[in-house]
Amino acid sequence: MSLHGYLTLGALVFAIGLFGVVTRRNAVGMLLGIELMLNAVNINLVAFSRFHADLGGIVFSLFTIAITVAEVALGLAIVIVIFRVRKTIEADRLDLLRG
Amino acid sequence: MTVETVGFWLVAAVLLASSLAVVLTKNLFHAVLYLAVALVATGVVFLLLESPFLFGVQLLLYAGGVVTIVVFAIMLTERLVGERITQTSRHVVNGAIVSAAVFVAVVGFLLQAGAPAPVTERPDQLAGLGRALVGPYAVTLELLGVLLVAALLGAIYFARADD
Repeated sequence: MSLHGYLTLGALVFAIGLFGVVTRRNAVGMLLGIELMLNAVNINLVAFSRFHADLGGIVFSLFTIAITVAEVALGLAIVIVIFRVRKTIEADRLDLLRG
Repeated sequence: MTVETVGFWLVAAVLLASSLAVVLTKNLFHAVLYLAVALVATGVVFLLLESPFLFGVQLLLYAGGVVTIVVFAIMLTERLVGERITQTSRHVVNGAIVSAAVFVAVVGFLLQAGAPAPVTERPDQLAGLGRALVGPYAVTLELLGVLLVAALLGAIYFARADD
């Protein structure tokens, strides 16, 4: 399989994740879309690393995975705090900062 | 058709189907389970790209850790049984247009770029990875540790009892 096949697969998964982030009302559903997008980026990084025989892509995707896990943990902690205060995690109803 | 090509098409089909299920299914809990399938399929893509170490990391951290955390969050914010767990989507047409535009832009860029020369000899990945992490990327690795500690402190701060 050529490099272009993997990059196209990554672009497709990225587009699907973007669709999820834009259309989901639930904050947890939005986070799932962000997960898909970050995964697509990892596919690209590893594919470039494999086809250029450069370990930098693998190191990069290791760092991305670690940062993503921290981001998910913090994001879900924020979601739980919002749920405690506002009793909802529907993104449309979280308009506390609206002027 | 080589084994890699057949495997690629199989894994790509599974990955795309489960990704679509993540963003389209009504039940939020099912969406998380489909996300687990998509994450494992991504790990198999890493295997096809001859990175077995990343496959292990993907299984441990993503399919093991992230999915568990998300399930906990859903259990704390929704009732597992009952109708509240269903979720609706909004602006479906607009979202489809935006993501299709992004996809077309990326693929258009890909079509312009030429294919790289095939690489025949590859260095030992695991040994090279270990040397890179303590050599040129040592400072980045330390910064990552600082980030993880900061995230841990932030999560503890958010989860503290009200008093």
